[in-house]
Amino acid sequence: MSDLILTPNIDGVDDFYAELIATHEGLSDADSQALNARLVLVMANHIGDRATLSQALAAAALKSEE
Amino acid sequence: MFDDRYTLAYKLYPYERSADQDKDTPVRHPVVVMGGGPIGIATALDLGLQGIPVVVLDDHEGVGMGSRAICFAKRCLEIADRYGCGEPMLDKGVVWNVGKVFHKDDQVFEFNLLPEEGHKYPAFINLQQPYFESFQIERLRELQAQGAPIEIRGKNRIDNVTVKEDHVVLEVSTPDGPYTMEADWLVGCDGASSPLREMLGYDFTGKVFQDSFLIADIKMKGDVDFPTERWFWFEPSHGEGASMLLHRQPDDVWRVDFQIGWDVDRKEEMKEENIRRRLDAFLKGVEYDMVWSSIYTFQCKRMDSFLQGRVFFAGDAAHQVSPFGARGANSGMQDVDNLGWKLGMVIEGKAPESLLDTYNTERVHGADENILNSTRSTDFITPKSAMSTLLRDSVLALSEHYEFARPMVNSGRLSVPCTYDGSALNSADALDGPARTRPGSPCPDVPLGDGYLLSKLGNEFILLTIDTDAPDEIEESGITVRRLALSTHDDPSLLLKERYLGDCPAGVYLIRPDQHVAARRPNFDENQIRAAIRRATGKE
Ligand SMILES: Cc1cc2nc3c(=O)[nH]c(=O)nc-3n(C[C@H](O)[C@H](O)[C@H](O)COP(=O)(O)OP(=O)(O)OC[C@H]3O[C@@H](n4cnc5c(N)ncnc54)[C@H](O)[C@@H]3O)c2cc1C
Repeated sequence: MSDLILTPNIDGVDDFYAELIATHEGLSDADSQALNARLVLVMANHIGDRATLSQALAAAALKSEE
Repeated sequence: MFDDRYTLAYKLYPYERSADQDKDTPVRHPVVVMGGGPIGIATALDLGLQGIPVVVLDDHEGVGMGSRAICFAKRCLEIADRYGCGEPMLDKGVVWNVGKVFHKDDQVFEFNLLPEEGHKYPAFINLQQPYFESFQIERLRELQAQGAPIEIRGKNRIDNVTVKEDHVVLEVSTPDGPYTMEADWLVGCDGASSPLREMLGYDFTGKVFQDSFLIADIKMKGDVDFPTERWFWFEPSHGEGASMLLHRQPDDVWRVDFQIGWDVDRKEEMKEENIRRRLDAFLKGVEYDMVWSSIYTFQCKRMDSFLQGRVFFAGDAAHQVSPFGARGANSGMQDVDNLGWKLGMVIEGKAPESLLDTYNTERVHGADENILNSTRSTDFITPKSAMSTLLRDSVLALSEHYEFARPMVNSGRLSVPCTYDGSALNSADALDGPARTRPGSPCPDVPLGDGYLLSKLGNEFILLTIDTDAPDEIEESGITVRRLALSTHDDPSLLLKERYLGDCPAGVYLIRPDQHVAARRPNFDENQIRAAIRRATGKE
């Protein structure tokens, strides 16, 4: 299957970032953490591919090759 | 009774008694501009080039000390070029492409802007604001010598304005005492704290950011070979603040900008020893002279409407943004670019007054875009919550390892001109051409054998035809539109085709005097083009 994309891939990245911050606005720290956790799971399901998910986990841990 | 509020860098328009001061009845002028900053002077250049008489009143006698703006973007320079003063700015300015981003003193990545080829002007230059303004005034003097009806009066302070049905009455103070004058139209370019806005009681609403910036312009001594790059620190230890910026200006001067927080003792921070303490912490042994320093705070605000009866507002008087992304003077220049031709046509009776309403709609759109962009940069640099900080720091951490996160790092987005999508002056897009030249867009430049496209467009309505026929001139309800005929055979760089045709074999563009596209079609259709001219001048 395809490799994890680590080059820019979001059109209108500033809009996305602003929306992400706005989604957290007004939440307590605990609610914010929970939101992030749900977001990870939703995105993981969307990606689906097991190998890509493993690469993503390694990338987030800053362990993968550059 | 008439003290300067700031120190002058250059005294370019000393007070002279004007004939108006000796008249028994107030003299009426078609246009008076309040304020001789970069935006007021640009207004005078625009109108003067059209032959519209204009008087600029400024409460000082020249250009203020202190650099303030240093980044001037492509569109701003293109507008200056249209006025005839872009080239000296480019010659004097510093062009940079490489930037470095640091987090807590460690470099996280380096980038190269890799500017798009084929433009007369770069994405932006660094130039001290007093130079920018001096080149404008030099051009103003040159136009005056050629007979352009421009007047500039130093130490003429507008103290009171009364708005009448079809004119305004101005009470002006001078070193020789007060006088009264009248204007059919008043353009308020009197800066962020606009006394005009106050006098007329208009609101200026938005956000005030609780932060202050300490700026130091320094000149390195000896042979220091600092690169011509933009360095930006998030949370530097040596700045003791949220961010810090290092940028090169002409004359070996460097701008250092420390974001130092809200609760600061200004007097204490402004002491040279304290500024030097911050500078020395990262310059480590380099010797330098202090050229200028200042502390400023900022806000993102705008007026509800930039047009109030006979009074326009332009530049900082109409809107103010944070410094991230250099949008102040750059957007003010676009205000003038937009207003100039519309006001000129209305004064000459070539367009209805309703055309002026589109100055408001188009430029409010521009101001909102700028405010949005600079607010986002501010929120990234100074996150407002714990989660926002965590996300920001995660972006920085990832950006050190992965390219994808780098575009998310927001230390100010480059000022780009806005496209007037949905403007009442646009005709429906009838060409299946590139999106960047759709109606409402500013024309992108293109190299042509002996120069550049934008220089050939000039200051009037133009019918640009590419590989297709049309009459050399069209006259529609008092507006003359000249044709500029180009061919892809004279397009060695292929950029004319790329930027204006895409896959289409030919194209016809109706271009406004401010070089924005009003309409485009695959071929010349007389009825459609006439309708587009009427629409672009507020007649449909
Ligand atoms: C630290 C700093 C950095 C900046 N960096 C950038 C940058 O990199 N790029 C950028 O594009 N912008 C930048 N800006 C913003 C830029 O400086 C302003 O947007 C620009 O000066 C606005 O021009 P203006 O003509 O509207 O107003 P001003 O330059 O403020 O001019 C207003 C004029 O009106 C006159 N006036 C006021 N009251 C009266 C009166 N009653 N009668 C007559 N005259 C009057 C004043 O004396 C003055 O000459 C920066 C600003 C600051 C403070």
